[in-house]
Amino acid sequence: MYSYYLTIVLAPLAAAIVAGLFGKQIGRGWAHSITIFAVGLSCVLSFYVLYQMYWGGATSENISVYTWAVTDGLRMEVGFLVDRLTVLMMAVVAFVSFTVHIYTIGYMSDDPGYQRFFSYISLFTFSMLMLVMSNNFLQLFFGWEAVGLVSYLLIGFWFKRETAIFANLKAFLVNRVGDFGFILGIAAIFTFTGSLDYVTVFASAESVAGQSIEVFPGTPWNAMTLICILLFIGAMGKSAQAPLHVWLPDSMEGPTPISALIHAATMVTAGIFMVARMSPLFELSTTALAVVIVIGAITAFFMGLLGIVQNDIKRVVAYSTLSQLGYMTVALGASAYSAAIFHLMTHAFFKALLFLAAGSVIIAMHHEQDIRKMGGVRKYMPITYWTALIGSLALIGFPGTAGFFSKDLLIDAVKESHWHGQGAVYWIAYLSVLLGVFVTALYTFRMFFLVFHGEERMDKETKSHLHETPWVVTLPLVMLAIPSLVIGWPAVEPLLFGGFFGDAIVVQSGHDVLGHMGEAWHGPLALLEHAWQTPVLWLAMAGLATAWFLFLKRPDIPETIQRKFAGIYNLLDRKYYFDDLYIKGFAAWGRGIGDFLWKRGDEDLIDGVLVNGTANSVVRLAGVMRQLQSGYLYTYAFAMIIGLTMFLGWLIWFR
Amino acid sequence: MAMSEYLLSILIWLPIAGGVLLLAIGDDDDASSSRAGAMRYVALAVSILTFILSIGLYTGFDTTTANMQFVERTGWIAAIDVWYYLGVDGLSAPLILLTTFITPLVVISGWDVIRSRPAQYFAAFLIMEGLMNGVFSALDGLLFYVFWEAMLVPMFLIIGVWGGERRIYATLKFFLYTFLGSVLMLVAFIYLYRVTASFDLFDWMSAPLGLTAQKLIFVAFLLAFAVKVPMWPVHTWLPDAHVEAPTGGSVILAAIMLKMGGYGFVRLSLPIVPDGSKYFAGMMIALSLIAIVYISFVALMQRDMKKLIAYSSIAHMGFVTLGFFIVWHLFGESGAVLGISGGMVQMLSHGLISGALFLCVGVLYDRMHSRQISDYGGVANTMPVFAAFMVLFAMANAGLPGTSAFVGEFMVIIASFKANPWFAFFSATTLVLGAAYTLWMIKRVVYGEVANENVAALEDLNIREFIVLAVLAFAVLLIGLWPAPLVDMMNVTIEHLVEQAGQTKF
Repeated sequence: MYSYYLTIVLAPLAAAIVAGLFGKQIGRGWAHSITIFAVGLSCVLSFYVLYQMYWGGATSENISVYTWAVTDGLRMEVGFLVDRLTVLMMAVVAFVSFTVHIYTIGYMSDDPGYQRFFSYISLFTFSMLMLVMSNNFLQLFFGWEAVGLVSYLLIGFWFKRETAIFANLKAFLVNRVGDFGFILGIAAIFTFTGSLDYVTVFASAESVAGQSIEVFPGTPWNAMTLICILLFIGAMGKSAQAPLHVWLPDSMEGPTPISALIHAATMVTAGIFMVARMSPLFELSTTALAVVIVIGAITAFFMGLLGIVQNDIKRVVAYSTLSQLGYMTVALGASAYSAAIFHLMTHAFFKALLFLAAGSVIIAMHHEQDIRKMGGVRKYMPITYWTALIGSLALIGFPGTAGFFSKDLLIDAVKESHWHGQGAVYWIAYLSVLLGVFVTALYTFRMFFLVFHGEERMDKETKSHLHETPWVVTLPLVMLAIPSLVIGWPAVEPLLFGGFFGDAIVVQSGHDVLGHMGEAWHGPLALLEHAWQTPVLWLAMAGLATAWFLFLKRPDIPETIQRKFAGIYNLLDRKYYFDDLYIKGFAAWGRGIGDFLWKRGDEDLIDGVLVNGTANSVVRLAGVMRQLQSGYLYTYAFAMIIGLTMFLGWLIWFR
Repeated sequence: MAMSEYLLSILIWLPIAGGVLLLAIGDDDDASSSRAGAMRYVALAVSILTFILSIGLYTGFDTTTANMQFVERTGWIAAIDVWYYLGVDGLSAPLILLTTFITPLVVISGWDVIRSRPAQYFAAFLIMEGLMNGVFSALDGLLFYVFWEAMLVPMFLIIGVWGGERRIYATLKFFLYTFLGSVLMLVAFIYLYRVTASFDLFDWMSAPLGLTAQKLIFVAFLLAFAVKVPMWPVHTWLPDAHVEAPTGGSVILAAIMLKMGGYGFVRLSLPIVPDGSKYFAGMMIALSLIAIVYISFVALMQRDMKKLIAYSSIAHMGFVTLGFFIVWHLFGESGAVLGISGGMVQMLSHGLISGALFLCVGVLYDRMHSRQISDYGGVANTMPVFAAFMVLFAMANAGLPGTSAFVGEFMVIIASFKANPWFAFFSATTLVLGAAYTLWMIKRVVYGEVANENVAALEDLNIREFIVLAVLAFAVLLIGLWPAPLVDMMNVTIEHLVEQAGQTKF
C-alpha cells in the first residue's frame, strides 16, 4: 500500500508544480488535464484504500517516509499514519477536490490566471492530504500551514482587488493567531513526552495527564489540559471558531470553487479532524472538552444568526459553514468524535454542493452576488435548482438526506453528554445546537427562496442572458448531490455505531455517548420513522415555514422587523462588532505600539540619547579639552605650576 | 588528500588573491569597457571556484567527531606564541559553506548594476569572502582577531563608496559601533593570553578561570558579539547601514556578517567562560525576547523596505541567541542540543532568506530607485515572476514550514518551552508579528492595482536576477524540506559544546 500512499500525495504535488512552473508553455488544456488526472488518480486510489481498509481487511499502517532531522534524541520524520479515520478524510478530500477541479474549468474559463489557479488547487490537495495522513505533529503542522498558505494565495487570487488582498492578509494573520497556540501546544507535547510522533505521544498520554505545570507560579495546571487547550486554539483558527472566526466570511473574496473546496469542505474542517485525531489526549481532560463544547456552541448558534441578515449569496453560505463547524466542534466536546467526523463528511458534500450551486448562479448572473437582485432563477437553471434544493434540504437536516442522519444524531449525542454535568456547559451546548436548527433552516431557505423563487428582481440585460451553466459546472453539482442525498443511509451505522474507526478514535467509557446511544439503535429506517417525535424535525420545519412566510408570502414583513429592531439588526449586520474590535482595536494598537517603540524607543532613546548622545558627549568633552591646548606658553606654564603644587601638597599632607 | 590539507587556506587566500589581482589590474572607471567586463568574469570565476572547492568541506566532513577537521597549524609569531592555526567543526563548516555560496550570488547580482569602479567593488567582496572564511576557521585568538577586524575594512568601503546618500553617517556609525565592541574583545584576549601564555583557543577553553574574571571576559565578548548580531539595544547601526549599503553589501552584511556575532558566542563565550555565560544567561534570554517582540513591532511600521528587512533580521537573530542561552535551563536533559541546533540552523537560514529579500528589494531599487513602500503597489501585474519569488521569500521570512526558516524557529520554540513556557510564549509571537510585518509589506508592494506609471513600466526579472533568486529559493526549500544533512553535520559538535557549557571552570 505504501506506493499507493505516496502516489496519492505526490500526484497532485507533481501536477501543481508542472501547472505552476510551466503553465504558460503547456497552455490551458494541458494544465487542467494534468491536474485533473492527478487529483482523479488520488481520488481513485483513496477509494481503493478505503475499500481495502473496510472490506479488504487491510489494517492501519504507520510508515516513515524519510527522516527530516534527528537531533538531541528527537526524531523528526515525515511519514504516514493511515487508519480508518485518515482514509475517510482522504476519500472526502480527494473526491471533493476532484469535483471542484472539473467545476473550475467552467468557472474560471475566461480568467487569465487559469493555469495558476489549477496549480494552486492541486497544491492545496497535496497539502491537505499531507495534513490528514501525517503520523506526527511536525508534518501535521507543515500541512496545517501549507493549506493556510494556499488559502492565502487563493483568497487573494484576484490580487488587483483591494478587498481580496485585505481578506487574504486578514485570513493569514487570524490563522496565525491560532497557530501561535498550536505551536505552543506542540512544544508542550515535546516537553512532556519528548516526542512528536503520534503513537509515542498517545502511549504516554496517561502519564502526562498525571503531571502538572506551573505557568503562573503557585497555580499548577494539569499538563494535559494545557496541551489540549493550546492545540484547540490552533483548531479555532483553522476551523474558524469564535472569536477567531472573522477571517472566514471575508475569505469569500476568493473565487467560488475554492470557497467550496477550502473554505467549506476541507481546510476549515482540519481543526475538527485534528481534535478527533487527538482524541486520546482530549479524552484525558474534561476541562479541555468543556472549553471545546462551549466555544463550539457559541459558534454554532451565534454565527448562524448572522447568516440571516447577509445579502451576499456566498456570505450566507459562509456563515452557515461557521455555524456547522460549530456543530462539529460541539460534537467533539461531547466526546462524540465519530459524530463530528460523520457530520464533517456529509457537510463536505452538501456544503461544497451549495457553494458550487451558488457559483453556478453567480456565473449565470454575470458575477452578481447580491440575493436581493436575484429571484425566480428556478425556471432558467433547472439542474442548479434541483441540486441546490438537495443541498439545502441536507443542510437543514430534512429527513432522509445525509444531513438528517449526521445532524440529528449529533444533537442526540450532545443531549446524552450528561457527564459534562447538568450545569451551564451542558445547557449552553444542548440549547445552542437545538435552537441552531431553526436558525439554519431560516437562513438556508431565506437564501433559497430569494434566489430561486419569487419575483425576478434582476435587470433586463442579465435576465436575457440567464440560462443553465455548461456541463462542466453542472456535472460536479450532480456528483455532489448524490452523496448529499444518500450517503447517510449506508454510512450512519458503521460510522457511529459499528466501530468503523476502530482504534483511531479513543473514547473513555464514562464519556461514550455514542456507545450508549448504540444500545437503542435500530437502523436508519427506525430513526427516520421516529424523526417526527423529536423537536429537531419540528424546529427545522418551523424555520423553513418561517422563511417561506417572510420571504415569499409577505416580503414586506422583514423590512418592518428590520426597522423596528434596528438595534439588533445593526448588531447582526456589524457581525457583533468583532471586525471593529480587531481592526480598530488590535491592529491599530499594534501599529501604535510599533510607532511608539520605533520613534520613542529606537530613535529618541537609543539613538538620540545613548548613541548620538555618547558621540555628542565625546564632541563636547573634546571641545573642553581643546580649550586647554591653547598653544600659549603661559597657560602651559601655569598648568604645570598648579599641577606641581598639588602634587607636592599631596606628598606632604597624605604621605 | 593533498589539497584537503590546505583547503581552509585555499578558501581564505584564493578569494583574497583574486581580489588583490582585481585591484592590481584595476579598471578605468568605465563599467561598459571590455576591461571592466573581464574583471567581472574574473570575480565570478574566483567566487565560483571557491564555492566548488568548499564543497570538499562538506563531502570530506566527518560528522562523527567533535574534533577540529581540515586542521592547519604553522608558527606565525614565535615570540608571543601566535600560530597560523585553522580548523573547522560542525559550527564553522556550515557557515563557511554559507559564505562561499552567497558570494557568487552577490557577484552576479552586482553584474551590470555597479557603474562606478566595478573592479574595486568586486575586489572588495572577494577580499571580504576570504576574511570571513578566516574568521570562521581561525583557532588562534590573535589570528581570529586579525580576521575579525580586517573584515570591517572592505565592508566600510563597500558602504562608504558605493552606498546611498547618508552613507558617511551610516559607515561611521557602523564602524564605531563594531570597532568599539571588538576592542574590548581584544582586551579580553590579552588577558587570556596573560593567564594561559597562549593564544590557542583550546588552551583558553581548558584553562581554569575565576568567576569574576569569567564575568568580565563575558561582558567584553558580549559587547563585540552583541553589536554584530545585533542584539537589542545595540542594534540601531544595522538599519542605517543596510539602508545606505548597496544591495550586495546588504546581502553580505545580513547573510554573513551578522552571523559573526552568533558564531562568537558558540565558539568563544560558551566554551571559554561557561560560568560567566551562565551567570548572564537570564539577561541574554531577556534581551533575545525583547529583540523578537519589540523589534517586530518596530518592523511593522517601517516605510522603507530595506529598513523593514533589517529590523526583521534583528528579530530573527533573537532566535539565535535565545536558542544558545537556554542551554543551562535544559542542561542534563534533552532540549539543550535542540536549542543550539535551532539557533545554528536559524543563522544559516536567515543568511539565505534575508539575503534573498535584500536582493528582491535590490531588483526593485535598480528599476525605480526607491525603497519606499508607498512608491510601489501592484508589482505582481508587471513582474509576475519576480512577485512569485518575493512572495516565496516573504513566506519564508514569516517562518512557513517547508522553508528553512521554520526549521530553526521550530527547534528553538519547542526547546524554549521546555526551558520555560514563557520563553516560548514570547518567541512564538513571531508567528503573528513576523507574518504581519512581512505580508503587510507584500500586500502594499506586490499586490493591488498598478499604483503609478513607474510600476506600470517595470520589466520582469532578467536572466541574471532570475538565476540568483532561483538558486536561493532552491536552497531555502531544500533546507526546509530536508534539514537532516545540515543538522547531522552539527550534531556531535553541539553535543560537545553543551558539555563544555555545562562545566564549571573555577
